[in-house]
Amino acid sequence: MSTPMPVETEEPDQALVVDRPWSTVVWNDPVNLMSYVTYVFQTYFGYPKRKAEKLMLEVHQDGKSTVSHGSREEMERDVQAMHEYGLWATMEKTE
Amino acid sequence: MSGGFEPRRGGGAVATFTGFEADLLRSLASQLVELLRNEVAAPTGSNDPLEQLLDFSGPTTEPDDPVLARLFPTAYPDDPEAAGEFRRFTEGGLRDAKARSAVLIIDTLEQAGLPHELAEDGLHVDVELTREEATTWMRSFTDVRLALATRLGVEEGDEDFWMSLDDEDPRTHVHDIYEWVGYLQETLVASLAR
Repeated sequence: MSTPMPVETEEPDQALVVDRPWSTVVWNDPVNLMSYVTYVFQTYFGYPKRKAEKLMLEVHQDGKSTVSHGSREEMERDVQAMHEYGLWATMEKTE
Repeated sequence: MSGGFEPRRGGGAVATFTGFEADLLRSLASQLVELLRNEVAAPTGSNDPLEQLLDFSGPTTEPDDPVLARLFPTAYPDDPEAAGEFRRFTEGGLRDAKARSAVLIIDTLEQAGLPHELAEDGLHVDVELTREEATTWMRSFTDVRLALATRLGVEEGDEDFWMSLDDEDPRTHVHDIYEWVGYLQETLVASLAR
C-alpha cells in the first residue's frame, strides 16, 4: 500500500445526519492485514474496492475510520458483523 | 512448506499442507474452540431461583481473558449500560459462530485425510474450499492471529523486536506461527479478492 490515492471530500448533509444518527467506527489494530480489512469492507458493506481501500487506509493511518451510518439498530448489526470478522468496531453517535 | 492458498476453479480456494502444517492448524483451531467454550458466558448472578431459571441472557461485562476481550470488544466505550446490553445480546452468538468456524477448519482437515494422530511422514493434505468455506476459514484465521498476538503482546511496528529475539526464546517459535498464519491468510484473501 504505497500508492497515494486522491481523497474524496464529503460534504456533511444535514438531512443524512438526522436520519442516520449513529455510525460504525473501525479502529486500527496491529494484527489485521490491510488486504483482509479491505476485503471485509468490500464483501460486508458492498463498497467498491476504491472506497474500501480508502477506508482501510484511514483505519491504518488515522487510527480509525467511520465505515457506515444509520439507525442505532442498523449500526449495532454492523458492529456485531465487524466483531464476527475480528475487526475492532464501536458505536458512535453522529455529531 | 505450503505455498499457501490458490484460487479454486469456480470460486473458493485450494491449498496443500504437509501433515505437520495441517496438524498445527488443527491444534490452533482446537485451542481457539476450547478458549471460546471455556470461560462460560456468565449469568447475571441473580440469587432469585426463578430469575436464574429464566435467565437465558448473555454476559454484560467484558471477559477477563484479554484474548476474549479482544475478540468481543466493548461496543459503546463511553456507555457501560448500553455496552452491557449489546454484549448480552451479541456475545453468546458471536462465541458460537467463532467456535463453529474453527470446528469447520478441524473437520475439513480431517475429511481431507489428516489422521487423529499424526504418525506418517510425507503425508500431504489437499484442502478444497468453496467461497463460503474459504471466508469462514479467513475469519477463523483472524481469530487465531488475534489470540496469538494478544498472548505475545504484538504491537504496531515491532517487527525489529521479534527479529532480534533469540531462536531459543519460546516466543520466537510462537511468533513464527503467527506470521505463518498471516501468510496463509494473505494468500487466502488474494485467492478470493475481486
